[in-house]
Amino acid sequence: MTMRTAEAIAAIPMHHGLMLAAILFALGVIGVLVRRNLIFILMSIEIMLNAAGLAFVVAGARWEQADGQVMLIFILAVAAVEVSVGLALLLLLHRRFQTLDADAVSKMRG
Amino acid sequence: MEFTFYLSGAIAIAATLMVIVRLSAVHALLYLIVSLLAVAIVFYVLGAPFAAALEVIIYAGAIMVLFVFVMMMLNLGKTAAAKERDWLNPGMWAGPAVLAALLLAELLYILMQDGSTPASAAVVDAKAVGIILFGPYLLGVELASLLLLAGLVGACHLGWYEGRRGNGHDHENG
Repeated sequence: MTMRTAEAIAAIPMHHGLMLAAILFALGVIGVLVRRNLIFILMSIEIMLNAAGLAFVVAGARWEQADGQVMLIFILAVAAVEVSVGLALLLLLHRRFQTLDADAVSKMRG
Repeated sequence: MEFTFYLSGAIAIAATLMVIVRLSAVHALLYLIVSLLAVAIVFYVLGAPFAAALEVIIYAGAIMVLFVFVMMMLNLGKTAAAKERDWLNPGMWAGPAVLAALLLAELLYILMQDGSTPASAAVVDAKAVGIILFGPYLLGVELASLLLLAGLVGACHLGWYEGRRGNGHDHENG
């Protein structure tokens, strides 16, 4: 087992996985900042959550612990809740304002 | 074996890039699903098969179905015909299809490689995850279930409230 672990660390360095997670997270941040459509903003938040889960799994694989995958399960639960509530809000907004533009609802009143 | 990691990572980055630059939400959703599948293969190569299965089932399956349903609800209107014509356009499918075909080739390569275990990583299987999940992380599991219940109640309340308010409002106006 340790032999295979040593091979794995030599084959795929941990910082390559972390860099992949960082790039995906950065793309998600750019999506949230650049796009004005609320569906795209929700998708970018999903990308960011997924990148965070990837970082956890990379770290868990590095130290051969299951904690990383447990954290991924929690992140999945958070993402499911976030997306269900977010999509319900989005439908509410679409029915009331007939638009999905984030700028159209920048005023928080009534 | 390690080139599957880098190929999947490149596919994930390319697909995610396409998600944030596409104009049509359905196109972006296709690329997002491809990106999640690529991340699932990354998980598998890293020796986390349980996480890979969860990624495919919950993320690429359940959560993306929610997105698809909402887009179906929002797209009802006069632009539906134009969208329908878009669906028949083969150019729309080319990008996700090529990326998904690369992922499929990679998966077949891994399956051909040897047996059922990833060759290059120490595997942390579902049993280890379950033992630690219901041991030290039991409080977290309870909190996650509470959070899911809160999300269910919240989404239900939002939809119910809007239905009543919207109908009443339309009734007043019409």
